[in-house]
Amino acid sequence: MKILVCISSVPDTTSKISFEENDTKFSKAGIQYIIGPYDDYALARGVELRESLGGTLTVLNVGLADAEPQIRKALAIGADDAVRIDAEPTDSFFVASEIANYVKDKGFDLILMGRETTDYNSGVVHGIVGELLGIPSFSPVMELKLEGNTATLAREIEGGKEKLEASLPLVLGCQEPIAEWKIPNMRGIMSARTKPLAVIAPSSEALTSIEKYELPAPKGACKMISAEDAGSLIKLLQTEAKVL
Amino acid sequence: MSVLVYTELADGQFKKSSLEAIFYGSKVATQVGGSMTVLVIGSAADEELAKAGNFGATKVLHANAQNLTAENIMAYSKVLSETAKSLAATIVVSAKSSLADAVMARAAGALKAGLVGNVVELPETSNGFKVKRSIFTGKAFAETSITSDVKFIAIKKNVLPLEETSNSAAVEKLSVDTGSLTESSKVLETIKATGTVSLPEADLVVSGGRGMKGPENWQALLDLAEALGAATACSKPVSDLDWRPHHEHVGQTGVKVAPNLYIACGISGAIQHLAGVNSSKVIVVINKDPEAPFFKAADYGIVGDVFDVLPKLTAAVKAL
Repeated sequence: MKILVCISSVPDTTSKISFEENDTKFSKAGIQYIIGPYDDYALARGVELRESLGGTLTVLNVGLADAEPQIRKALAIGADDAVRIDAEPTDSFFVASEIANYVKDKGFDLILMGRETTDYNSGVVHGIVGELLGIPSFSPVMELKLEGNTATLAREIEGGKEKLEASLPLVLGCQEPIAEWKIPNMRGIMSARTKPLAVIAPSSEALTSIEKYELPAPKGACKMISAEDAGSLIKLLQTEAKVL
Repeated sequence: MSVLVYTELADGQFKKSSLEAIFYGSKVATQVGGSMTVLVIGSAADEELAKAGNFGATKVLHANAQNLTAENIMAYSKVLSETAKSLAATIVVSAKSSLADAVMARAAGALKAGLVGNVVELPETSNGFKVKRSIFTGKAFAETSITSDVKFIAIKKNVLPLEETSNSAAVEKLSVDTGSLTESSKVLETIKATGTVSLPEADLVVSGGRGMKGPENWQALLDLAEALGAATACSKPVSDLDWRPHHEHVGQTGVKVAPNLYIACGISGAIQHLAGVNSSKVIVVINKDPEAPFFKAADYGIVGDVFDVLPKLTAAVKAL
């Protein structure tokens, strides 16, 4: 089994978001970066499959050098080697074509990633990769089992889930509860230091670019209603907030 | 410039989010001085499809073939990209949904189109093509310009207030070469809650957290949801504990909702939960802890026991 897990390096969920240079640049100062939470699920399932079926697990990141601690963490969790495509990942099509260009001819059976990154949230990279490679893609996948060349998976649909069967190779956008997040152990951390991490120059062009950032307007004060008089809330929702 | 809107059906009717996409698409077409076509895949009556006209469409292309009945992502995206090609569409619009994300992604890949999701306003087209989208799970916005010839945009729910007319659209059958749509997967089983309001589509949502104390106590919340015609949701701990199914989990790693009204019952409001609900228009928080962080993100708050408050709200809704 030859598995590729694509990870993003994103600000920790609790980060305070701010911008600089006249709101044209994301302010990285003081931000703690993590492996994208959904990518972390994909990585965990990838490591489990690699452990039970053998083969190799490569981790790929499209990002700048400051993503390397997250890549090393993925190696510590159980990836065998890593590739970083040296570019800022701001455009979905760009990231997808970098992944597809790397994957081409390498014979990966399974390409896993999160359903979306938690910075730009578009949730489309897996689909574009599948199309560019001419192989099926599914998302959001919450269960994945392999038997020979056949994958059985469950995809979340509105109001439930759909179980389906498809042949490898596949591209999957993953989410919980596909696997439990893994925490690297000391041995993993030590061995990760010497695992290969190749840096490759990008080969495609972005089709979108961010011109300006903006923070949402601050929220007004919360209007408190006493519990005894809870029913009066409904009138307020109808006449004041006008949502009923 | 010609606009193509990709739409979805639920039980043979346009999803509300798809009507929003049609309305948005018609505004974009007017703005750029082009025509708009609506693409719909699946089984529906012509009278229903003609309703796209109420929201600004003049023409609906209806693709319905044997192997297009299941939500076959590969086939749907092929129909979308081929249709966009044959119409020479330069702007492709859809509402965001888990199926639409997948279909739009593959079609954008096929057409080498720049794709921007979570768009929250009409595009700026006076100088280039720019859209404002929500990023960092609702914590910020980014004005993004799309430079490819074909542009794909997926809009968030509740972007524009819908305006309805009594116009109707002409419905044309779109013949699809099903032979070329290979079956790449087989659906084994579909498990779907029936008779409930779809959470991502819902205008009103009632949601419960650990403060509900156990799955056996959900009836009070379900009663309020039923009285309101609201969808039900829950926090991550609740779905992790299996009190409620995973598809009801809203938050950073669950469903992101943008209803008009979100009522949180016994949810403290961890930042991971807020990430899934911060696009809601109005947030009501009911919690017995006055220090619960959720009150800072709320429009209306009640400090009290949910089991005491919920029946009062239900009674007040019934009295409307």
